[in-house]
Amino acid sequence: MSLYYVQKLIYHLNRDLYARQRYEDDFDALLGDYDLNEEELAAIKRPDIGLLYVMGVNGQLLMHYAALRGYAWDEYIGAMREGLATYGQVRAGLYLTTDGEGAV
Amino acid sequence: MPLVFAGIGSHAPGITGRAERADPSVREDFYESYYRLGRELQDARPDALLVIAAEHFANFFMDNMPAFCMGMADYYEGPIEDEAWLAIKRRRISGNAVLSQRIIERMLAEFDLAYAQEWKFDHGIMVPLNFLTPAYDIPVIPVNINCQGPPLTPLRRAYEFGRKLGEVCRDLPERIAIIGTGGISHWPATPDSGKINEAWDRKFLDAWLASDVTALTAYTDEDTHRDAGQGGFEIRTFIAVSGATQGHPGELYFYAPIPIFAVGCTVARVHL
Repeated sequence: MSLYYVQKLIYHLNRDLYARQRYEDDFDALLGDYDLNEEELAAIKRPDIGLLYVMGVNGQLLMHYAALRGYAWDEYIGAMREGLATYGQVRAGLYLTTDGEGAV
Repeated sequence: MPLVFAGIGSHAPGITGRAERADPSVREDFYESYYRLGRELQDARPDALLVIAAEHFANFFMDNMPAFCMGMADYYEGPIEDEAWLAIKRRRISGNAVLSQRIIERMLAEFDLAYAQEWKFDHGIMVPLNFLTPAYDIPVIPVNINCQGPPLTPLRRAYEFGRKLGEVCRDLPERIAIIGTGGISHWPATPDSGKINEAWDRKFLDAWLASDVTALTAYTDEDTHRDAGQGGFEIRTFIAVSGATQGHPGELYFYAPIPIFAVGCTVARVHL
């Protein structure tokens, strides 16, 4: 697992216009700069927001990546719930769920 | 000069970004309380507004995460988020690098405070400013306490940081206001978004309003994570304001859980 680099990639995409341009021009080249395993690469490229959540990506990063990839807020919440149903509880980090139901 | 104003307020991005989805009557009461705090802040005629915030990987990442950091620039920019997503237009916000440097130099006597000569404000600062200084006419000095990437800044250190900050400001000729922004219990950006532990929030607020340092710093991160979610770690910003104003009572202007905003929305002031 290289959760740190998954999060670092998303951090750069969120704040760095140069990284954002590289994402648009040649995403594979950008991804090559980060130490990511096959599962992480696939989850980022698809994107599989639910799996990224289960991997432990901090929600404060993930919600912006989801928005970048066209997810509206409710779709983002739904994708994480689907991830829990498909892959099980969050594997690492602070963002494990309690019941995954929320209130909205 | 003593601090001229102190208060706290919520900063969740849904407060502005998902405004239309909240119950209008509750939302407007909350907004009006925030605007009231802003009017009183402006009536205090501060030369600078210290905003103690919990930022969310806008400027700091786990490759170099400071426990405490203060901005030291003549201007900042925000929001870093998509303008439409946050419903706040991007702009330049004035700072005061010279004043920041004087504060930082004094803080360094007790705290290894990092500084930043550029800083992109995220919702943690932009949402409060949207209500408190809608004209963006008060120079801002941003302060961050690590509430995101463990190991987190200990609560007691957050309190002592605030205490020292208050002491430093009292020695300055400038009129300084201070605002802490964050959530109490919340599970932001997770499948539990909208969950709020109102009982936990009210107990915390009672301690904050009473300036009860023992109660405020008694929480463990394990308890907070279990009972108040990831967002509960942001109590550090409120605790720092309590440290800066120790012994002074607070007044709660507004508290109500607003699930679509994903936080128990809070506005409160310290009577100095």
